[in-house]
Amino acid sequence: MESTGHGLQRLTTAREAGLIACTRCGQVHAGGAVRCKRCHGPLESRDTQSMQKVWAWLIAGIIAFIPANIYPMLITNTLVEHSEATILGGVVQLVGHHSYGIAAIVFVASIMIPIGKFFAIAYLAISVHRQQILKMHQRHKLYDVVEFIGRWSMIDVFVVAILSALVQLGGVATINPGVAALSFALSVVFTMLSALAFDPRLIWDADRTAE
Amino acid sequence: MTDTAALPPLDDLIACPHCDTLHLEQDLPEGSKAYCRRCGILLLTSEPQAIVRLVSLASAAVVLMVAAISFPFLDLDVSGQHNATSVIHAITVFSSGKGIPLAIAVALFIVVLPLVRLLALIFAIGPLVNGSKPHHSARVAFALTEQLRPWAMAEIFMVGVTVALVKIAGMATVTVGPAFWAFVALVIITVFNDQIMNRYSIWKALDTGYNA
Repeated sequence: MESTGHGLQRLTTAREAGLIACTRCGQVHAGGAVRCKRCHGPLESRDTQSMQKVWAWLIAGIIAFIPANIYPMLITNTLVEHSEATILGGVVQLVGHHSYGIAAIVFVASIMIPIGKFFAIAYLAISVHRQQILKMHQRHKLYDVVEFIGRWSMIDVFVVAILSALVQLGGVATINPGVAALSFALSVVFTMLSALAFDPRLIWDADRTAE
Repeated sequence: MTDTAALPPLDDLIACPHCDTLHLEQDLPEGSKAYCRRCGILLLTSEPQAIVRLVSLASAAVVLMVAAISFPFLDLDVSGQHNATSVIHAITVFSSGKGIPLAIAVALFIVVLPLVRLLALIFAIGPLVNGSKPHHSARVAFALTEQLRPWAMAEIFMVGVTVALVKIAGMATVTVGPAFWAFVALVIITVFNDQIMNRYSIWKALDTGYNA
């Protein structure tokens, strides 16, 4: 209050000041506004349905992840053999060919990131309602990481796309996408939607009420 | 609770999109950045050249994208049998039978959405380069650019290509075509573009453009 003469010396949220802020362009509006005058986006002090959407997309993502790991991702036909590889099977094959770096990329992108993301989103969603061990700054970092890293899971889907486009040599060798390719792509999209539905402002609110 | 009457005019305020903390918008010295006091995310940058750079890089990226999807991308050679693939071809191969949904998804993520993003960005901030008023729907276009950001996956596609090349390196000879290099350049430009793009600064620039 001292130097500037208004209430911003203390960290005040738009909500506490009775205002509504646009998350898309940062414009601040008086309470009760429903549409942003700058970017015309919808305004909401807090997305009250955020958690429902987060859980719904997350559950859909986990369900789609199951067939993605059971069914084959790649179906390879050559003159002499017919083979089907799941996501994990593909990683094992790469290790067998001594391509450890690439095997690690695929393993991290297709298995570790998706599973880690399921837990991270679930944890963040629960943390909004409960007192937490992780500090809010750490949880905010976690949110940033989850939002940034989720799309990278798509690597394996693109690998399948390129391989099956490239290896179409009639009877000699063909590679085709399996059921898992689509369900895996869906799983990634669903978890991305789940992370996008999360209103990060709720993380900070939960800590303020806990204090 | 803070008294609303004690607050500065609403247009001088900027709220952090992540934690809702209010900040007083200030004119930043050139080349400096403003971060949220509570959660630390980047709020504003002051880079007068940013708009010009963004528009020129985005225009270059559009040209590269056209090259990347029309020229041969990869060429496979197994004991005399050839199969050259362009990105368009890679998409159409799927479009038979049960591959259709996957074909649509791949087309959207690596071609359609990145292209729409680039064009919308040029449309929104292009006029600002020579100081003319932005188009009527510039705000809608820029909002679209921002919304599509997570869904444009050209850079992820490139990592996928690398993995695919290693996977078939043992069974076939693969040569990369001109489109491959166009795509590499495109990815570098896109990543660089997203680094210098600060959405709040652009919203502000659009406001100034309208009022000019």
